[in-house]
Amino acid sequence: MSSEPAALSAKHGRGLYRALVLRKQLILAGLAVALLLSLCIDLALGPASYSLDQVVLALVSPGSVPLQVRVVLWDIRLPIALMAVVVGAALSVAGAQMQTILNNPLASPFTLGISAAASFGAALALAFGVALIPAAIEYIVPLNAFVVAMLTALAIHLLSLKRGVTVETIVLLGIALVFTFNALVSLVQYLSSEQALAAVVFWTMGSLTKATWPKLIITSLILLATLPIFVRRAWALTALRLGEDKAASFGVKVARLRLETMMMVSLLAAIPVAFVGTIGFIGLVGPHIARMLIGEDQRFFLPASALSGALILSASSVASKSLVPGTIFPIGIVTSLIGIPFFISLILSNVRRSW
Amino acid sequence: MVTIRLDGLGAFHGARLVLSDVSTPIFRGGEVVAVIGPNAAGKSTLFKRIAGLLKGPGRVCLEGALKGPDGICYMPQDTAANAVLTVYESILLARKQGSAWSVSDGDLALIDGILAALSISDLAFRNVGELSGGQRQVVSIAQTLAREPEILLMDEPTSALDLHRQVEVLSFMRGLARKHGIAVLIAIHDLNQALRFADKCIVIAEGRMVACGTPEEVVTPALLRDVYRVEARIERCSRGIGHVMVDGVAAETAAAASIAA
Repeated sequence: MSSEPAALSAKHGRGLYRALVLRKQLILAGLAVALLLSLCIDLALGPASYSLDQVVLALVSPGSVPLQVRVVLWDIRLPIALMAVVVGAALSVAGAQMQTILNNPLASPFTLGISAAASFGAALALAFGVALIPAAIEYIVPLNAFVVAMLTALAIHLLSLKRGVTVETIVLLGIALVFTFNALVSLVQYLSSEQALAAVVFWTMGSLTKATWPKLIITSLILLATLPIFVRRAWALTALRLGEDKAASFGVKVARLRLETMMMVSLLAAIPVAFVGTIGFIGLVGPHIARMLIGEDQRFFLPASALSGALILSASSVASKSLVPGTIFPIGIVTSLIGIPFFISLILSNVRRSW
Repeated sequence: MVTIRLDGLGAFHGARLVLSDVSTPIFRGGEVVAVIGPNAAGKSTLFKRIAGLLKGPGRVCLEGALKGPDGICYMPQDTAANAVLTVYESILLARKQGSAWSVSDGDLALIDGILAALSISDLAFRNVGELSGGQRQVVSIAQTLAREPEILLMDEPTSALDLHRQVEVLSFMRGLARKHGIAVLIAIHDLNQALRFADKCIVIAEGRMVACGTPEEVVTPALLRDVYRVEARIERCSRGIGHVMVDGVAAETAAAASIAA
């Protein structure tokens, strides 16, 4: 062991590290290209199918395609296809950060009941016009969803801080919360009028078909507002994965970071639910794929989670149109069909070891 | 040169005062200070209080620290972490906290130097979750050094290391302290290593400081009986270094009872 730390074998590690970074950047670029491809296929598919050439032409130069094609692509399909991308990214980032701050591989807005809580908040507004925070009528659905989701997230956060609370305890609590809020949504359905019932039922089955440009813009703004906050905390969030004591010794204000992150996560989980209903497992599967591909350095893990979540939901949207020709399968069913086997395999593969 | 002095330092866990009245003379950069005491005596609590991670009465008086309180770096006791991060990334992480995303050649050169100095260059691109306890401990030291400390608080840095590695790491830390003028405080259970490597010694028992001085002044048969409750002698080897020779468990003494009270 040398007493001179700064003088020895410099170039070897540095070169390998730069190569590692380049590999991660290439993976990110690959994910972005795959997402773009999936988005184009999603736009091309539908009752009237278009070629990829037509889709690209309509996007790049709308004036050069027939009016009918332009209307179908820009006014109907584009908001839905982009909503899949934005919601997928938001849910995946929310799941990634929940897994990071709770140190729990099974955490995600869906598995811990935050999505169910948001559904209940939205249902209260839809069925009875209840506003948990006084606001303009068009905003009470997303605001209610956010308030109930945030309170649930805070409850989970506070419980996770107690001594002796294990990963499994939090997951069981999440299952209890899912059942509780599902029961409450059923109660709202039972008590609501026939007209309101149809709107509430929509929330129980995630669907992108009601996406509109204004909803897409709000969801995108939420995502764009929260991402820079995570970006600024990238080193600190990565340090949390080395353990709370270690992160604190690096100067990270652990309690504050956890609380702030949980608030952001509730926002990211609640707003998509308010607009497209509950879409399960994206927040679980997206981050795990990102982690396997790129590791947990948040400078790469964060964009990789966003891209993989967006890609999964966009590809699910393509699958929902292709499974039964001529009809659109509810996308929540497609993501559950992908997510449930993944969830079970995570449980069975001894999560502690693989995490 | 950096100096540190503790003045009536105490620490709270919640509302409970678990450490009180720790006052020391000045420790200077270049010195290695062993902090010894039985299990749960308050050694880690003392370090966390000095590092500002716990609140409590008293003051940590620093002089000559270029980075101020940020120059105090605390290395916690080893805990397993199974993050999907390479050793190299985990050391970079320690260095870059609170700064920009970009990583300069200077950052990487420093990490390469630390890895080479601690003889762990071969671990650089292994995942931290795959390391043994001893390897994790050396990586932890590397992470702490990457923060370029002026005052270094190391909580049992050699507890998982074999004898060869213990001597190697402690010699390295003493050399580093001397060369760069770092004040190194090490919480350690092995009293023979404390006698061998430390310039000063603080004894903590039951949340209070019960002795402070050179290791030879502090580690005495009376202290071993009162604090550790063992009958022991101190014998010097041919190089004049003291060694603790334990004869057996001591009966309860009045002084031990007073420390416990």
